[in-house]
Amino acid sequence: MVEKKATREGYGDALLELGREYSNVVVLDADLAKSTQSYRFKEAFPDRFFDCGVAEQNMMGTAAGLAASGMICYTGSFAIFATGRAFEQIRNTIAYSNLNVKICPTHAGITVGEDGASHQTVEDLALMRVIPNLKVIIPADYYEAKAAAKAAAEIDGPVFIRMGRPKIPTIFDENYEFEFGKVLKLREGKDVTICAVGIMVGVSLEAADELAKEGIGAEVLNIHTLKPLDEKTILESVKKTGSVVTAEEHSIIGGLGGAISELLGKKMPLPIEMVGVKDRFGTSGSIPELLDYFGLSKQDIVVAVKSVLARKP
Amino acid sequence: MKRDELEKLLKEKARILRRDIVKMIGEAGSGHPGGSLSAADVVATLYFYHMRHNPKDPSWPERDRFVLSKGHACPVLYAALAESGYFEKNILWTLRKLGSILQGHPDMRKVPGIEISSGSLGQGLAAANGMALTARLTNKDYKVYVMIGDGESQEGEIWEASMFAAHYKLDNLVAILDYNKLQIDGSICEVMDIKPVVDKWRAFGWHVFEIDGHDIMQIVDTLKAADEIRGKPSMIVANTIKGKGVSFMENVCGFHGKAPNKEQVEIALRELS
Ligand SMILES: Cc1ncc(C[n+]2csc(CCOP(=O)(O)OP(=O)(O)O)c2C)c(N)n1
Ligand SMILES: [Mg+2]
Repeated sequence: MVEKKATREGYGDALLELGREYSNVVVLDADLAKSTQSYRFKEAFPDRFFDCGVAEQNMMGTAAGLAASGMICYTGSFAIFATGRAFEQIRNTIAYSNLNVKICPTHAGITVGEDGASHQTVEDLALMRVIPNLKVIIPADYYEAKAAAKAAAEIDGPVFIRMGRPKIPTIFDENYEFEFGKVLKLREGKDVTICAVGIMVGVSLEAADELAKEGIGAEVLNIHTLKPLDEKTILESVKKTGSVVTAEEHSIIGGLGGAISELLGKKMPLPIEMVGVKDRFGTSGSIPELLDYFGLSKQDIVVAVKSVLARKP
Repeated sequence: MKRDELEKLLKEKARILRRDIVKMIGEAGSGHPGGSLSAADVVATLYFYHMRHNPKDPSWPERDRFVLSKGHACPVLYAALAESGYFEKNILWTLRKLGSILQGHPDMRKVPGIEISSGSLGQGLAAANGMALTARLTNKDYKVYVMIGDGESQEGEIWEASMFAAHYKLDNLVAILDYNKLQIDGSICEVMDIKPVVDKWRAFGWHVFEIDGHDIMQIVDTLKAADEIRGKPSMIVANTIKGKGVSFMENVCGFHGKAPNKEQVEIALRELS
């Protein structure tokens, strides 16, 4: 049976290890510790956990002050509130001074599910990606989330790690080694490059299986580090395949699709199709329903691949 | 040092800061004189008497921290840092110029002695909370002093941070409200009144002092008293005059963010001689 685990569980597990390994790791949350899993750190290291209450701006500022005085500070909340409510605190007080704050919100994207649009952020990557100094990571499964959250402690400066709510099939295992800033090629192919992040990495692998049955070779790249973007590896792949499909649980504006389009436009103008949320808000529903509704299924990737192949020069 | 000698020394330091503020902003052709001048006596008392700091070693872990949350008033901080010896005084005349370490608002990565970058109002108290927590977590006995503005107090994050500091009993944190009664669009009481501000902070769980923010010895005594408070953070509501020390700037809203021209600089420096 396929193992299913949430990326946020990876965050919770990573915090426990971080707490043991680093005496200067401090964790903050904004009344969502149970959801983000930071409550586990709270239980293990009560002296180094501070709940800020429902006050995300103060949480980010407090994190900045902790970092400015030598601590490594992890902050949790939902992605919408961390990046939306506290955007400017992240921009001005954390990133501008390159402070060692790890912004690790969960419940990103539409897979929040029934809570609906107010809680489903499809804009967070766009918001975080434009901030100088801030590194942006989107783990594809539990193991990558855990490894990335741990790796962030060794990265000097602010890091954003985007995690989700639902249990999703795992792709990696306990031995997975996260390489910050390096695209991970998960499957070779000669016809099209699929660049994917988060839950869409797994979906892209399934789509590639499907495409293989029709004789289409899809190369699947896990762009876990959206910023800084590993342009070299992406361009090498696209040079070989001649076309790109991006897949993300985020707006097609400003996130992965935006980043890859900027890259191709500058360096290698070739056809691209984007699978993602099409400039609209989320809505309530069950997670499988929502993935279909917003065009984030395996079949949507297959269709996008076929249309990009038809546009190949 | 005897009290009268101390008072004389700090008054002289405050006068030097005020002169440097006027010259600096005049030279730059832009900047915020009003809120820099109102803060000068408190800042002088902190840097030249009360705080434990070492200009030769700006990152000394045991140092007391000063956070200027109302970052637009950085001329007073730059003047205090230069006068303390953190950097050469002639750097002051590069304020706001391309390539200068003295940005229009404080940048901790450029200026030795700046504890946190600021300029976007409302954020410094939260950062001060973080620094105060670090002191607790690392068993250090340094204090964190943070100055906020009265207009700035209209920001929601100030009250989030206020709650946090009281909840976590950050008694190594002392905030100073530069209560100069003016913001950009007019007087505080007309734009968005913060009264009764002493009651508000008290209700939020702080130990509150109210003083004349230009009475040096009152500042000296109150900072000392605030350091002694246990179990809660302290707020010093410092009643001040915006533009203090320059007659034509005092209580004038228009000098919030306007530089004096050459002639005005001369008059001001004469008044401050
Ligand atoms: C978040 C934010 N909003 C607006 C401004 C623009 N601004 C700069 S100073 C100021 C008024 C501040 O008034 P006050 O806190 O009373 O400062 P002071 O009188 O001490 O100069 C405003 C609105 C800003 N710097 N930051
Ligand atoms: Mg004011």
